Amino acid sequence: MSATLRHAGWVLRGNPVTAGAAAGALMLVTIAILAPWITPYDPIASNVPAALQPPSAAHWAGTDQLGRDIFSRLIAATRLDLGIAVSAVLLSFVAGATIGALCGYAGGRIDRYVGRLVDVLMAFPLFVLAMALVAALGNRVENIVIATALINLPFYIRFARAEVNVRRHAGWVEAARAGGESHVTIVLAYLLPNILPAMAVQISLNLGWAILNAAGLSFLGLGVQAPTPEWGIMVAEGARFIGNGQWWLVAFPGLALMLAVLCFNLLGDGLRDILDPRMRT
Amino acid sequence: MSTLLNIGRRVGRHLLASLPALFGVVLFTFLLMRVLPGDPAAFFASGPNAGQAEMAQIRETMGLDRPIPEQFLRYVGDLARGNLGQSMTTGQPVMADLAERMPASLELTLFALVLALALALPLGIVAALRPNSLIDHGVRFLCTLGVCVPTFVTGLLLIYVFYYLLGLAPDPTGRIDIFAAPPPGITGFLLVDFLLVGDLAGWKAAFGQLILPACTMALFVLAPLARMTRASLLAVLGSDFIRTARSVGMSDWRVVVVYALRNALLPVLTIIGIVFSTMLGANVLVEKVFSWPGIGSYALDALLASDYAPVQGFVLLIAVIFVMVNLTIDVLYGIVDPRISLK
Repeated sequence: MSATLRHAGWVLRGNPVTAGAAAGALMLVTIAILAPWITPYDPIASNVPAALQPPSAAHWAGTDQLGRDIFSRLIAATRLDLGIAVSAVLLSFVAGATIGALCGYAGGRIDRYVGRLVDVLMAFPLFVLAMALVAALGNRVENIVIATALINLPFYIRFARAEVNVRRHAGWVEAARAGGESHVTIVLAYLLPNILPAMAVQISLNLGWAILNAAGLSFLGLGVQAPTPEWGIMVAEGARFIGNGQWWLVAFPGLALMLAVLCFNLLGDGLRDILDPRMRT
Repeated sequence: MSTLLNIGRRVGRHLLASLPALFGVVLFTFLLMRVLPGDPAAFFASGPNAGQAEMAQIRETMGLDRPIPEQFLRYVGDLARGNLGQSMTTGQPVMADLAERMPASLELTLFALVLALALALPLGIVAALRPNSLIDHGVRFLCTLGVCVPTFVTGLLLIYVFYYLLGLAPDPTGRIDIFAAPPPGITGFLLVDFLLVGDLAGWKAAFGQLILPACTMALFVLAPLARMTRASLLAVLGSDFIRTARSVGMSDWRVVVVYALRNALLPVLTIIGIVFSTMLGANVLVEKVFSWPGIGSYALDALLASDYAPVQGFVLLIAVIFVMVNLTIDVLYGIVDPRISLK
């Protein structure tokens, strides 16, 4: 284990941008975990006399139309936004990798049917599909997770299918089969771990996308409901005040979104460069 | 002649191959809309205390009292006749609503795409010509930033800077100032229509309304376009025929633009297709920020009002456009790279 860590450290020293992104992602996760204890103010308690104050020493990111401290709301929202993104990506990863790996391994009719299904999903405008799903399933946070997971699913299925497909006649797979392993064991214990590094890249890039997606949905009024602190809703609420010059209501949640997405995207890019230098663009 | 025949055959094959996916889209949208919560009959009844008879009446006119498979067959039959149903909120046929709003969305999307290409192609080319230079890193930084800021935040910040701070942009609502006279609807594209009737002041006003939302969208899709241009040009520049062209003393300009770029365009074309379809679907957010009267905001309003038909129509329309775009790209492939149509 310590050898692995040492190796990771060595790799990161050669890639300062990736190291920075990894540190940023780690910080975001820490903030998300510690959120309830580190907010300077109550994120949902309104204080109308102090409404719409620009950033100051007391309120680092200013206050919103109800006098709530925006900085505290940003911190509190980190937990919800990261939670949604991580659970959605995990869900689509587990389901997509399993389905894709089974299809790539089995081939034949099942593979063709699943391929058709994936084609149908891909023919949808994905964001609109997510909107419709949240509306259909009900305006709840769980449903944002499900909708985001579903629109990511095709990519994981295709990816896992392609990766497994090229490996299914590899020597070590044949050896496992000759050794009497069952098909399920071969897929789950041999093939899946083998494609995991490549999928890690996908996961990291996907996390950023999932955050944007969830924030976009709640910006439209789907999913998370006010007064819950969430970056997308905070932007939506601040949108009314941008024409009056009260920029901090939009700018700070926007900055939080940008930083979160940036960290995961850079991390994904860095992972890809390390794992597969040919893909570097 | 044989080229035309070839193209025709490709179009036909592609259309056939996309039929099952289109049918899947129809079926899936239909099912999805049927499980939407909220009884549309109750929604459109005269009031909360509408009688059972009135509700049943509405259900019957909407065909909601029939079994689901029958409803689906009727829906497909209607589709075949070009009837997308009736919007309950606007009281008009969905087809008419969509046709009325489509130009607004198309104008915005196309303009944004042209803008993005005008920026992304030169940036990608410059970055590929000087890999790992300062300018390459600059382009990479800009692209990375572009995909990280959500469109609705970019849009609002642009409004803040250009409307509130600088006063350069007009009030960011809609396609045209409410006091301005719209041009006669010739193409539905305001910029084209104003030019056709020679109304330059009107053209400028419409352009002022269009530029901010278009920039917002363009920034978001800059990254995939520029990065793909760079990557594919970089790969081509390393090939033998480029070395040969250079060695016989061709000018840099000719080597890059005529020889390399033409060969590098194929992957860029694919990305343009993907980007265009994504934009049409994702401009819901931009249309909402700028109160743009396009199909995205129409579908959103309908969705929030649990009005089935417009959402179904919208999703279907986008899926059809998606197929069409793929088809066009496929045909363009054959023109850009004749080797492909020989296969």
